[in-house]
Amino acid sequence: MSAAIPDARPAPPAEERPAVAAPAAAGRRTTPTWRVVRALLRKELLVELRTLESVPGMSLFAVTTFVVFHFALQRNSVDGDLAAGILWVTLLFAAILGINRLFVADADQGGFDGFALAPVDRSAMLVAKLLALLAYLVVLELIAVPAFGLLLLGPPLGHALPDLLGVLALGDLGVAAIGTLIAAIAVRTRARDLLGPLLALPLLVPVAIGAARASSPLLALGHAGAPAARWLLMLGLYDLVFGLIAYALFDFLLED
Amino acid sequence: MTTALLAELPALPLHEAGKYVAAAYVVLFAMVLVYVAIMAIRQSKLERDLAELLAREQRLAKGAGAAPATDASSERESTPA
Amino acid sequence: MYGKGLRALSISTVVVMAVALGLVFFWVPLEADQGFLQKIFYVHVPLAIVSLCGFVAGGIFAIQHLRTRDQKWDYRSYVAIHMSLIFGLATLITGSIWAKGSWGHWWEWSEPTLVSFLIVFLLYATYQPLRFAIEDPERQSRYASVFAITAGAFVPLNFIAVRSSTAFVHPRVLGATSNLPWQMSLTFLVSLLGMALLFTTLCKYELTVKHTRAQLRALKRLAERREGKATASLPARGRSAAPSLHATAMTAHAPEVRGR
Repeated sequence: MSAAIPDARPAPPAEERPAVAAPAAAGRRTTPTWRVVRALLRKELLVELRTLESVPGMSLFAVTTFVVFHFALQRNSVDGDLAAGILWVTLLFAAILGINRLFVADADQGGFDGFALAPVDRSAMLVAKLLALLAYLVVLELIAVPAFGLLLLGPPLGHALPDLLGVLALGDLGVAAIGTLIAAIAVRTRARDLLGPLLALPLLVPVAIGAARASSPLLALGHAGAPAARWLLMLGLYDLVFGLIAYALFDFLLED
Repeated sequence: MTTALLAELPALPLHEAGKYVAAAYVVLFAMVLVYVAIMAIRQSKLERDLAELLAREQRLAKGAGAAPATDASSERESTPA
Repeated sequence: MYGKGLRALSISTVVVMAVALGLVFFWVPLEADQGFLQKIFYVHVPLAIVSLCGFVAGGIFAIQHLRTRDQKWDYRSYVAIHMSLIFGLATLITGSIWAKGSWGHWWEWSEPTLVSFLIVFLLYATYQPLRFAIEDPERQSRYASVFAITAGAFVPLNFIAVRSSTAFVHPRVLGATSNLPWQMSLTFLVSLLGMALLFTTLCKYELTVKHTRAQLRALKRLAERREGKATASLPARGRSAAPSLHATAMTAHAPEVRGR
């Protein structure tokens, strides 16, 4: 994996040298950040594809949880508020599994050190990891939401689906922003698997509030309503604020 | 009007509400007292450590002559009052 | 020097608190709906407000710490958060007592203040375990500051989120501060001032004692070095959740002498 890090630098310089030559004296970075992000993201996704550490586990966890809910609630089908709650609680806890594993490889195998040596903007790692986590969440939902529709959900997903996708997207952004920041904090502590969820869950409560409230009318029996704009706005605002905070603070975590 | 109100207020009424209000204020009181107790314990430990340090310096002073003794006394003055 | 001004601060705390208590129990009129029980309002809400401000202050101190890298800001951040957690616990307990008196059960989900506080409390309760789980003191301070800033930003957002999600079935009694008769407003403000002073006094006291302890430790190290002792005889500090104040004015430590 440390062999992948140098990819961030050798690939661009060949075509970049003519362009870099002129402003080089101005002290520009050797590689534009979006290229670094792309390279890191590629590495992340490749590693995940090869090792299949996070996503299958997360998806399996979600489906199993639905089964547990069926027995725990003693119900064959749920709708409305209950359905929204079950769906989002399951998604959140499955996401926690992914968050726990997000930086583990970097911490244990020297990825942080390798990255620190590269003269690139530190926030690139945040963006790359965030996008990777987002990708994992999307795949998770591709499996979990249909499973939910199959196993537990009473009303058919049908025409509520586009709205639900919107709510899922907003929720995912919040989970990804907070999850990446907390994962970075928790990974180099002693009880990393314990601290990660403990730190992340309270911070994710507003996401749960907004997402569940927005999803309830979509999963209601009979005529499915539209999500209240208020919750979507709240979700969006929350995502924005914490995205900015994560971006501002991430550098401080990588200093050593 | 105020006198009528004041006539109601003075003593703690013995019905239900009094107990709850008292409990709430006791929580505040207890919090401060527990804090004072913790600080007192820390303070006595500080005092013990300081006494130990002073005793050691004084022993050294007796052994080595007059010079270290002034260190011991200036130590006393430098800790915040 | 942290202890300067502590005496004036504590005296004003006592005075204001005494005046506040006097106002609450001897002067302010009874409230129409809740009667005597309403008087918990004057201790519960100031606790809540001061606690929240304390958490946000902890975040602001943490920002200063990351900007200046001066350890004293980390100290202040730690103490502010620690104290706010205690005040927050008191908020939850007094709120619970009020709920029991008002509605007969110890917890009330429809009270946004209580619910928000529970979430905030659960979040900040992880602050000390987080610090304790990082051994390197510099990294501990840095990570703690990042967390304090994130959590400090979270506090107001959380309040807004919970408040908008709470169904207004019950009349919101615990937090109602609007359209109060002026006597109640005045009493409330005095109580709030007293609570804020109490918070500040206790924080300053804690900072002073911690600083004194750090100075004493530094003094001990100097004494031992002079005696030529190679190993530190003070109890090995081991892991600690509290920030260590590297003695600022004292001489530089030899790395091996730093009690760890």
